[in-house]
Amino acid sequence: MRRRQGGARLMRRACARAALMAGVLLLVVAGCAGPGNGGANPQADAAFDAAIIWLKAASFRDQGIATVARLQQDQADAACSKAAAGKLPDEEARRIQQESRKSIQLPADGRFLGDWKAGEALAQNGRGMTWADKSSQAEANGGGCYNCHQLSASEIAFGTIGPSLYQYASVHGVADPNAASARTALETAWAKLYDSRASNACSGMPRFGHAGLLNERQLKDLMALLFDPASPVNR
Amino acid sequence: MDRVRGLRRVMRAMRFALAVDAASLLALACPVQAQPPAQPLAQPGVKSAVDGIAEYREMLADGNPAELFTAKGEALWKTARGPKAATLERCDLGKGPGIVKGAFVELPRYFADTGRVQDLESRLLTCMQELQGFDAAQIAALPFGKGEQSTVESLVSYVASESAGLPMNLPQSDASERLMYELGQRAFFYRAGPMSFACATCHGAAGRRVRLQVLPDLTRNPGDGLGMAAWPAYRLSTGELWGMQRRLNDCFRQQRFPYPGYTSPVTIALEVYMGVNAKGAASAAPALRR
Repeated sequence: MRRRQGGARLMRRACARAALMAGVLLLVVAGCAGPGNGGANPQADAAFDAAIIWLKAASFRDQGIATVARLQQDQADAACSKAAAGKLPDEEARRIQQESRKSIQLPADGRFLGDWKAGEALAQNGRGMTWADKSSQAEANGGGCYNCHQLSASEIAFGTIGPSLYQYASVHGVADPNAASARTALETAWAKLYDSRASNACSGMPRFGHAGLLNERQLKDLMALLFDPASPVNR
Repeated sequence: MDRVRGLRRVMRAMRFALAVDAASLLALACPVQAQPPAQPLAQPGVKSAVDGIAEYREMLADGNPAELFTAKGEALWKTARGPKAATLERCDLGKGPGIVKGAFVELPRYFADTGRVQDLESRLLTCMQELQGFDAAQIAALPFGKGEQSTVESLVSYVASESAGLPMNLPQSDASERLMYELGQRAFFYRAGPMSFACATCHGAAGRRVRLQVLPDLTRNPGDGLGMAAWPAYRLSTGELWGMQRRLNDCFRQQRFPYPGYTSPVTIALEVYMGVNAKGAASAAPALRR
């Protein structure tokens, strides 16, 4: 078993080295253009893709639940990575958003709101999915909301990567989350939590529902934190 | 004796600073009446938690516990060690054998003898292997802070301290240094993993915070004493001296990425990218961090 793993590693290293050599060769041939130069030179881009393969294979290893398979990008991650210096073309952004909207599953029983207290605990909890975590089950994960967002007024240790969500219900015109008029706001927030790509192709927010980071009950608890009139977010 | 006095001063400063910090946090906990979306930290006249932390750091900077690691590193540098019972005094960190001053702010750089772009830690491993007879691969495989890894931590603190105040000035004259910059840039923006995070998710714009921690924008010069110009640093939260390798390792953990090898190519590439971007920033390493 050990020897086979060693063999696989050697193989991976050999492939990686070959990819790097191909990349460097291509760079020389293509006359070297960086990824930030607008991708005007497809040959140079291909060289960098090869070099990136080398970079990954020669650098990372599995550790606990964090395996090297995580380095595999889906199409949107790949597109957003390359567009980082510039902007994703509108058409491609629209396509990614549409694709993601299709995958959103609304709550099976039609009820959007759970327990805001459980939601607050999830928002405070930034743990989960690292190589130090035992399980990648949703139950083992927090939402990590305060890492990036302001929510309740009493929690001053909030991040600013995302917008403030303080007074979320009133900001989004929801006085009574059980009223029929609240439906659109609820669905929009659910979609954002379930898959942030639905409204923003290159959103920096994790896709909590789509990626299985949180289960339906946990998503409902976060929804309650946002919309429940008793939630500290709305007081 | 000086060291003992220094440490006492640090302990005193820490107690005082912690008290001040607690007071500033209490002041902030006052009710917020502002209409949504409120930003209680931005209230005029109230010292923000961020200001409090900056102040806390400033008070500590006078007696940074990293000094202890620096002193230990300097002693280790000059002590005959390893199977070859040799010192590191002939180690070439890029400016010639034995020259430590100014080396830190020009790393990583290309080394002809190894044919690789190396950062401070990988270069120290090369010297420990070549001059002292240690097995570099074996040290690289050790957990942080264990055995000869702790030697490396003290050494990076010493080497960095010899460039304190100097401007970051990484060379880009060799093609492999330029290639590593481009690869580092690509790696910096590479989104993947269960949360689709890239380095850029947190460090791609100025003024961002995770919780209360201000995040430097590493796509440009983040300013003096930040990013590459800060690490190695003494971490108050763990009481440890972290080199840039350990800093990056923990970034990758939080990025939910797989485990980066110690001094692996991706870490070197990122250091080149960040270091070149920081050109001109005054080095504060070994700095003091939360």
